[in-house]
Amino acid sequence: MASRADRAPWDDTAAFYSALADDDPEELYDNAPCAYLSALPDGTIVKVNATFLAWTGFDRDALVGRRGFQDLLTTGGRIFYETHAAPMLHMQGMLREIAVEVVAASGSRLPMLMNALLKRDDGGRPLVIRMVMFDASERLAYERELLAARRRAEETEARARVLAETLQKSFLPPAIVAVPGLDVGGAYRPAGDGSEVGGDFYDLFRTGPQTWGIVLGDVCGKGAAAAVVTALARYTVRAEALHASSPAAALEGLHRALISYYPLTMCTALLVLLDQAPQGHRLTVATGGHPLPLCRRADGSMETIGCIGSFLGMEETVEVSESTAILTPGDTVVLFTDGVTEGRHDDAFFGEAGITEVLGASAELTAQAAADAIVAAALTFQEGQARDDIAVVVVKVPLPDCS
Amino acid sequence: MVVGVDTGVLTRNNVTVGGRAGGQPMVFAHGFGCDQNMWRFVAPVFADQYLTVLFDFVGAGASDLSAYDPERYSSLDGYAADVIDVVQALDLHEVIFVGHSVSAMIGVLAATREPDRFGALVLVAPSPRYLDDDGYEGGFSEADIEELLASLDRNYLGWSSAMAPVIMGNADRPELGAELTASFCRTDPEIQKRFARATFLSDNRADLARVTLPALVLQCSGDLIAPDSVGTYVHAQIQGSTLVKLRATGHCPNLSAPAETAGAIAAFLDKAR
Repeated sequence: MASRADRAPWDDTAAFYSALADDDPEELYDNAPCAYLSALPDGTIVKVNATFLAWTGFDRDALVGRRGFQDLLTTGGRIFYETHAAPMLHMQGMLREIAVEVVAASGSRLPMLMNALLKRDDGGRPLVIRMVMFDASERLAYERELLAARRRAEETEARARVLAETLQKSFLPPAIVAVPGLDVGGAYRPAGDGSEVGGDFYDLFRTGPQTWGIVLGDVCGKGAAAAVVTALARYTVRAEALHASSPAAALEGLHRALISYYPLTMCTALLVLLDQAPQGHRLTVATGGHPLPLCRRADGSMETIGCIGSFLGMEETVEVSESTAILTPGDTVVLFTDGVTEGRHDDAFFGEAGITEVLGASAELTAQAAADAIVAAALTFQEGQARDDIAVVVVKVPLPDCS
Repeated sequence: MVVGVDTGVLTRNNVTVGGRAGGQPMVFAHGFGCDQNMWRFVAPVFADQYLTVLFDFVGAGASDLSAYDPERYSSLDGYAADVIDVVQALDLHEVIFVGHSVSAMIGVLAATREPDRFGALVLVAPSPRYLDDDGYEGGFSEADIEELLASLDRNYLGWSSAMAPVIMGNADRPELGAELTASFCRTDPEIQKRFARATFLSDNRADLARVTLPALVLQCSGDLIAPDSVGTYVHAQIQGSTLVKLRATGHCPNLSAPAETAGAIAAFLDKAR
């Protein structure tokens, strides 16, 4: 096979240099593979090369000294030039890759990309604008596709967000039902920007003539996979709570459903049964691997209720713990997911201490306001960017009205 | 720091105060397409005698983009509210408002709403209505404005990815803001398009007759955006206004002919004294 040098386009080096020397500047300018145009600072065309004339179909005499460069643009393009490009040209002395459409003599539009330079005299006064233009027809088609693709992406994203929000809302009750003698509020905040469905859920529902159930749980994971499990968990607990002999038995029912439908999907949950005991409001708390409810007594002392128990949906057998507590006027109980306590700032966690602090400062608030305050404080602690979902339910026993 | 100054607005609108402390305030407002840099050659001319105040409208220049509210800035009233916010934040009175392009009308709106704060209006290349209307020649049709929006789209392809982190509101990363400042006249394309609509679809002809302040209309030669007939119309509608025709061509005499522009403003202010 012949070597590369054997196939060189020029055999005679002298002939090559002579051809290069013949490439006189006039010829280089006039028949350059781009359009050249020079204009006075006001836009009046003073010089133009043959390439531009060939592309646009104008006679040189019709342009030079007669037309302003801006007159050759579409009206919209002219506004863009006057309001955006011209100021930049004056301030930076140059323009790069400005997309324009030149209206040819035939009336057809030629998409071009333009670079320009503003030459000034020694006194800094604008002297002449030099422009080069490249045919950008194919690029324009490609850019349109890109723009269309970006719009589609934005629309898809908006739809996905609506879907995520709608799904998420289905994990929370539309409104908190009233429980006689108690003040209950709930608050939720998705992780990040809320574009993905989280696995936290809570609900408050009536289980009997004088009994109510509150469930709050956290399905491990995010997105669609976690969402289907979360929906199953929320409705299963609700159904189980109506028939089960105890809150612990209801959570065991949830566990069995998880194991049979979505094995190895971890879930933690709290189910609290509220009823009336002679000493006050009785809470029966069943816990499946979930952070324990925090109780702030009327005297300001803090305690947790119950034992943690085992995670739901993992092992074949499960140990759900159950304990009771009595609430009297002035007491507050907070149910929360780990998104609250594990909110981080550098190496520090929001922790139960964070909740305790908010409760101390919100003794006068309603349960709803207290729940909102806890979410807000946990969020502020993480500088507004929640790493995990945050769900909080607050139950308060109001003090008797003294008025 | 002066007590009572609302630093929120000053940061939000990237307000730059210069010139003579205690002097009569001149507030310079930029138009559609750029930022306070438009006044970089004109404002210094007045620095000896006046307190000069430059700012960027929210959404432009180095303003706080996170403060951009599409609702507020869907009409020129929102922009006029920015002017009033700045004037109130600095507690200015007897303000000489110098507005370029669409900001001329923004100034008219602001001065009509808070007449006690303003002393004079300088309208540089103003137009109260850009679209042609029954018997009125604004110079443009709605199709032209659609074309402008397409042009904005095409010229911001490269912008979006480079500037995206700034739009997301990284107030804690000032270096991004600095980058924005360095690239003149660059703004979120969506904001530009909304500003374009607010500007070119506005009709403020009726507001001109409400102006009672001394007003100067500066008309450029061969201005495609605000043609001669429009400048003459503005002058006729504002009672007692002064019309000065500049030799400067194009739409931005503040950049292309700053000396002539500043001279015309100075002559008007000297006479108004």
